[in-house]
Amino acid sequence: MNLRRDVFQAVADPTRRAILALLATQSLTAGAIAANFETARPTVSKHLLILTECGLLKSKQDGREIYYQLNPRKMKPIADFIEPFRLLWEQRFDKLEQIMKQYKK
Amino acid sequence: MELKTKILAEENKQEIVITRDFELPVELLYKAYVEPEIVEQWMGTKVVKMECIKHGSYHFVTTDPMGNQHHFSGTIHDCETNVRIIRTFEMEQTPFAPQLEYLEFIPVDASNSQLRMQIVFKSVEMRNNLLKMPFAAGLNMAHNRLEQVSLK
Repeated sequence: MNLRRDVFQAVADPTRRAILALLATQSLTAGAIAANFETARPTVSKHLLILTECGLLKSKQDGREIYYQLNPRKMKPIADFIEPFRLLWEQRFDKLEQIMKQYKK
Repeated sequence: MELKTKILAEENKQEIVITRDFELPVELLYKAYVEPEIVEQWMGTKVVKMECIKHGSYHFVTTDPMGNQHHFSGTIHDCETNVRIIRTFEMEQTPFAPQLEYLEFIPVDASNSQLRMQIVFKSVEMRNNLLKMPFAAGLNMAHNRLEQVSLK
């Protein structure tokens, strides 16, 4: 797996997170995405490029228009990044519970 | 299945909330946090000092497989038996700033309880870095395993 850009860096930016949220339920053209932001169109294009480069977005040509859509496979590591931290605590707490159950007897 | 341990990390907030349901009376859950011999067992650390009273402090020393010692310590701001502990937590000699921890021990019924742990960090960035640590460690381990395989 060769990520040209780090996905976490990609989602660190609020505009890029907003773009991902916008595309959660629909595919949109660059123009339609830019219409949701006050920032200049080239800035939105740059964000789209970064998101595409790290694989979070896929683009699809449809006639003269390019539609952007989420790549859910690449979104998964972000949703899961907190999971190792949670598991660390889960293991500690499981141990605590196990020790104290014996203590009770 | 409902997860026993939940982590709430809201975006752009410099805190997290960890909650966990225990099949233990609240008294035993609290005991596991203040009795040094018990803390040693479930935290996997040596407890050098544990003085769970107002103005008290604690100090843990953990030795990693390489033989390096890591010191963890903090001061106790409030300690009410079977109800709450308010304390700081610091990983000494690391770039992580001390954090503030609010631990609430909540009885559910005679044999069940819940722990609610609110941790406040110095900044949003520091919180996110700490959350990513086990994730990064996991990636490194996977990477090292790949390297070991490729060396054969």
